Amino acid sequence: MAVQAKIDPMSQFMIHPVGSGALNGSPFTFTNSSLWMLIVLAVVLVFMWGGMKRQLVPGRWQALVEGYVGFCDNITRSSIGPKGRQFLPWVFTAFTFILFANIIGAMPFAIVPGGHPFTVTSQFSVTGTMSLTSFAIVLVVGFWKHGLHFFSFFWPKEAPLVLKPLIAVVEFISFMVRPFSLGLRPFIAMFAGHVLLDVFGNFIVQGLNAGGLGYAISALAFLAVIFVNALELLVGAIQAYVFALLTSLYINDAVNLH
Amino acid sequence: MDLASAQVIGAGLAAIGVGAASAGVGFVFGSFLQGALRNPSAAAGQTGTLYIGFASAELLGLMAFAVAMIILYAR
Repeated sequence: MAVQAKIDPMSQFMIHPVGSGALNGSPFTFTNSSLWMLIVLAVVLVFMWGGMKRQLVPGRWQALVEGYVGFCDNITRSSIGPKGRQFLPWVFTAFTFILFANIIGAMPFAIVPGGHPFTVTSQFSVTGTMSLTSFAIVLVVGFWKHGLHFFSFFWPKEAPLVLKPLIAVVEFISFMVRPFSLGLRPFIAMFAGHVLLDVFGNFIVQGLNAGGLGYAISALAFLAVIFVNALELLVGAIQAYVFALLTSLYINDAVNLH
Repeated sequence: MDLASAQVIGAGLAAIGVGAASAGVGFVFGSFLQGALRNPSAAAGQTGTLYIGFASAELLGLMAFAVAMIILYAR
């Protein structure tokens, strides 16, 4: 290729050690991913702590936190039923972590040089671990409540006998694909959005460097960056909601076996 | 054709799938609106189903994007 563009949208996903990175001889390293995970945790803690004053008449902050917890409670209750309350801790944790990580990752902290936020959920190792946790909860709850009878999940009752083995195979494949699709969704949504932001951001700089007609392209790209940023916030919230919703639906399959 | 050009062309072809998925997402929301405008009182209870349909349609587009990225940046 003669015209090799110098846009490198992948470097923002690089994981590198923060500071010296060494944790006193342990094989683990303190990376920028760990740093931003701790920042997300701190923000969540401040958000929850501010709303847990237990006033009889809730103030603004407490009303916000109560509405937020009630929203998560509603997800589990509407899809699992009254038994869903015992699964609220995990659904709430997953929803909160993904939502806060997505939104903090889209914040323009980079106006301070070196303050570029690292989107924790743009790594499959993070979202994949969370989806594996959901999958493990489904398996443990299913076998705990129903024993080996849980395998009847793959065996449809109403289908004609000829179709039953075929449907069982399809059901099994769709069941085993769940952890991948569940973890892939928030990961790729964040990944794609940030690649898009980086590409449009590079268009601004390259247009300014080119001059002439480039200024118009820069202005267009600047508008595009604003809209993609707004879209990124929306998508981050939707993906967190979808993760929580699908997790509770999968748990529903294990709790209320058909 | 050298490898770099083939990579770029392949990534562009893989990106077609993103457009197809956008049609799917639009169909999901459009159908929901059609139903919701006819019976607005029943619409609130179906938002969960709406987002499941949206998620399933969107995932396939995202996979197309992932394939494009893998083709483009695989060594």
